[in-house]
Amino acid sequence: MIMRRLIKRASPSHKNVLSKKIHLQLAAVSCSLLLAASNTIATPDGISNKKQSSYEIMSAENKAMQDDPTLNPAMFWVSEGESVWQTKSGTKNIACSGCHSNIKKSMRGVATQYPKMMKGKLQTLEGQINQCRIGAQGSPALAYESKELLSLTALIALQSKGMQITVNENPQNKEELKKGQQWFNERMGQLNLSCAQCHEDRAGLKLGGSLIPQGHPNAYPIYRLEWQTLGSLQRRLRNCMSGVRAQQFEYGSPEMAQLELFLMWRARGMPLEAPGVRP
Amino acid sequence: MNMKFDLPTKMNRRTWIQRIQKLTILTLGAWFSPAFVFAKKEDADEAIQKIASGAKIQDGKVTLIIPPLVENGNLVVLKVSVDSPMTANDYVKTIHVIAEGNPLPNVFTAYLTPRSGAASITTRVRLADSQRVWAIAQMSNGSFWQGSAETFVTLSACTEMV
Amino acid sequence: MSKTSRTSITMPSTAKKGTIIEIRAIAQHDMESGFRYTESGKSIPRDIIRTFTCLYNDVEVFKADFYSGIGANPLIIFTTIATESGTLQFKWLGDDDYEAVNQARITVS
Repeated sequence: MIMRRLIKRASPSHKNVLSKKIHLQLAAVSCSLLLAASNTIATPDGISNKKQSSYEIMSAENKAMQDDPTLNPAMFWVSEGESVWQTKSGTKNIACSGCHSNIKKSMRGVATQYPKMMKGKLQTLEGQINQCRIGAQGSPALAYESKELLSLTALIALQSKGMQITVNENPQNKEELKKGQQWFNERMGQLNLSCAQCHEDRAGLKLGGSLIPQGHPNAYPIYRLEWQTLGSLQRRLRNCMSGVRAQQFEYGSPEMAQLELFLMWRARGMPLEAPGVRP
Repeated sequence: MNMKFDLPTKMNRRTWIQRIQKLTILTLGAWFSPAFVFAKKEDADEAIQKIASGAKIQDGKVTLIIPPLVENGNLVVLKVSVDSPMTANDYVKTIHVIAEGNPLPNVFTAYLTPRSGAASITTRVRLADSQRVWAIAQMSNGSFWQGSAETFVTLSACTEMV
Repeated sequence: MSKTSRTSITMPSTAKKGTIIEIRAIAQHDMESGFRYTESGKSIPRDIIRTFTCLYNDVEVFKADFYSGIGANPLIIFTTIATESGTLQFKWLGDDDYEAVNQARITVS
């Protein structure tokens, strides 16, 4: 405002000022058009160029923290998981190892397949763990974000480290997958934003001081520096929802499972990095 | 294009008002930001003075490494190393790390011995804001040396409502 | 925080006499800084690990004081000279009677 007035005063010719104004406006419009054009490249698959894990946009120190088990705080939860795996529990007094014996063999590749349809119901990994606890052990379900559930999830996910995510579309999960895709594309909250608007259209741009990632769930459970502890994908999704001031999906709800299913399908082929570290 | 300035008499009042506006904004800005920062820096200076108990602290020998841009201030890798032979007669006794911008400036103190072999410590610290971090080393001969590093800390875009 | 927790030590199990070895010690601890508040505005009291010591065959070779500025699940990487075979003992002490210990054997040739 002040600059324009100064220019107006300094230059005696009003015609020059007017053309300058038009130039500025044209520049602004063409810039926004270019930006809009570059943002709207969306293939039917969902991701414009190639899938990028947010590992790639982390600092070298954080990458090292994830890669080195002697530096990764998530390993404490894995150790806890190893202990829980061997502990007899419930009315049937049996440990996970009682049915699944050698975890390295029995759980290899398991985490890359969830969420999946089991007996007509969409099941997440946490949901399946609880299913086992209730059904096979006669133990109560573990609460989301509890130390025990996180420990078991971390331990099981670790067995699939480096393996490709194999959640594909099939006739059984088609309907649930479509619902998940709708959640991803639907605007929500007081900020009226959809997941896609940030993580599809604007991935690679900045929000505040941070780079917007594509938002793949390929490292969960993660030790998130923001939380200063290990947490699940559902916790992270709830964070996103509170970020746009939306009603958060409940832990373990069908909507959460559908969104998780869509996100894992969207990330199919990417190697699992669990347990990951994220800022 | 004709960029001739108008005669000063015509512009006097307008420029005079604009100049006062700019000066006021500058003064207000200077008043707000340094005061806020200096309050914490004073605590840090006090902590450093306490460490040295009045002795002179020389610049040098101490290298502090922190990433210049930090994604999350909750866990920042920090490495401090001191140039010293670490022999029985010439070694680093203590290393103190002070953060200028943290609510409590002291971060950690390491006590070394000639058996340490090298004066090199790595840890992970919390940085509350963009700031300068100091490392002060006390040598076996009683001398104090210091080094520092500055960093930008970015904050999370979406906050969590638990 | 509980009275104790898991810890992890990473260091070589063998070394040549006189060489400098690197030791990584990490403890599972929230390191509640004392500067956080609950949703209702109540201050959460400080609860951190205060000291870490390393004894090499019962001789203290390293010590560190931690303050609130040390991050959660504190890690410290330091060095010591491999002087003789034996046991290195590590101890973490903190607020609310927190105590954790760990050890590692080393064979020095």
